[in-house]
Amino acid sequence: MADKDDKRPDHDDQGKGRARGVEIHDARAPSRRNFLKSVGATSLAAATAPAWARVGYVNHDEQEPQDKRADEGEAPAKGTQRITLNVNGQAHTLDVTPNMVLLDVLRHQLALTGTKKGCDIGQCGACTVHVNGVSINSCLSLAVMHDGDEVTTVEGLGQNGKLHPIQQAFLDHDAYQCGYCTPGQMMSAVAILNDAEVASDDAAVREAMSGNICRCGAYKNILSAIQTARKNV
Amino acid sequence: MRNFAYQRAGNVTQAYTLHGNDNSADFIAGGTNLIDMVKLDIMRPERLVDVNLLPLTEIEELDDGRLKIGALVTNTDLAYDERVTTRYPVLSEALLAGASTQLRNVATTAGNVMQRTRCPYFRNPSRPCNKREPGSGCGALDGINRNHAVLGGSDKCIAVHPSDMCVGMQALGATITVEGPDGPREIPFEEYHLLPGDTPEREHDLRDGELITHVTLDAPIEGAKSHYLKLRDRMSFEFALASCAAVVALDGDTIREARIALGGIATKPWRSHEAEAALKGKPATEATFQQAAEAALAGAVPHRDAAFKIPLAKQAIVRALSTVTR
Repeated sequence: MADKDDKRPDHDDQGKGRARGVEIHDARAPSRRNFLKSVGATSLAAATAPAWARVGYVNHDEQEPQDKRADEGEAPAKGTQRITLNVNGQAHTLDVTPNMVLLDVLRHQLALTGTKKGCDIGQCGACTVHVNGVSINSCLSLAVMHDGDEVTTVEGLGQNGKLHPIQQAFLDHDAYQCGYCTPGQMMSAVAILNDAEVASDDAAVREAMSGNICRCGAYKNILSAIQTARKNV
Repeated sequence: MRNFAYQRAGNVTQAYTLHGNDNSADFIAGGTNLIDMVKLDIMRPERLVDVNLLPLTEIEELDDGRLKIGALVTNTDLAYDERVTTRYPVLSEALLAGASTQLRNVATTAGNVMQRTRCPYFRNPSRPCNKREPGSGCGALDGINRNHAVLGGSDKCIAVHPSDMCVGMQALGATITVEGPDGPREIPFEEYHLLPGDTPEREHDLRDGELITHVTLDAPIEGAKSHYLKLRDRMSFEFALASCAAVVALDGDTIREARIALGGIATKPWRSHEAEAALKGKPATEATFQQAAEAALAGAVPHRDAAFKIPLAKQAIVRALSTVTR
């Protein structure tokens, strides 16, 4: 399930085919992301927002579009290294500083905001993506170490406008409440269903899913969804 | 996260050459522990040397029956390797008891050996910690120390070594191969991790610039059975409050050979020779197991919140042994 925001014309990111540097406001379709960004500009929010949110969004708005540099054959900006990431079947050439983690590059440079930032230190699993077919915490992985890798995010699960069986099963089983952990839960679930080493009984699935925390406590329905999707994967 | 320079090494020589004797440089493999600590600002490398291209990803059976594990073999691959699941099942159990699927997919064998403590005082740069900042004091000694060590501590540090894998390796017996500017050398697993003593910042017997290339497990003990029991606050994705790796070979009802290693209660992956001595040559009964448990914890120091770990660890030993010999 893609982040709903991605379907709305509210991005000023550097993604190909999107308006660059243009804020599009549509009063009839207020977006959560633009709302957060406008609130983030106030001093009150700046004082209360977590440090990563401030840094992330400020940089995001101010940085030079690095995709563009690569597109136009320019050398990487000072302090950056050029990498190629194959994300959901599409190749992206990006310039990254060594301290950029994969999660932030996906969200801020590629505008793939379906992958969530939770704890940011590998304890919650909200940032789970597949790299070369294996599930990892993208918050603990330097982007510069993924040159040439195949990355699948939650946006890449569905094919040809159809939900992936795990997405359909999460929908059918009401396997979420707030939904924030859901992309990570689904990425782990897909990896587990494709892993012959993980047994199919409930206990084995629970154990294999333990790296994904759900503070709403939707675990029971998540398990049901996975066991149902098993028949369709 | 602070920035750092990043370099990629293509072979072992290049790796330690790039690292140099520079204590502001660190090797990075999986990075699951290192990046975590850089984000917390408790490690501040100025340079990272990426070792993922090194040819250290194989598991190899040696002619003498030992198993040589490349430093870059992931925890997942090691846990499910058929040679490990059949000949060293206690290692597989220990690996799968640690961390989460996502972390095990990335974390490496050498990285797990190098894993640093989860002591909350170590992980909080606003708190004193002799390990992070020698001489600053230990916040845990008189602080919240429920998760701390009852064995191997000093008046400078009681931080627990967090690894499960290392407890399994400690019971099985192993050798760590390192390589650096002075060439390769081998270190018995038991001597690799150091007790904190007066220098808790020194955690292992690794010289500047050296890196781990392999961990080689001793040949399995003939006819032995094994078990890894991990006790924790929740059933998965949690560090041990107490854990026990038990390897036992019987002659009839008599214990011919026994190995006991403990996790979650000590400042290093803890091999209990005292418990082993109390088991060898004795009948495999609960009374014997209890004597071994008493022997293992005889020197334990009960810090305020962690005193419960002493009876808990004893019970873990008895239960692991009962399971193995059942």
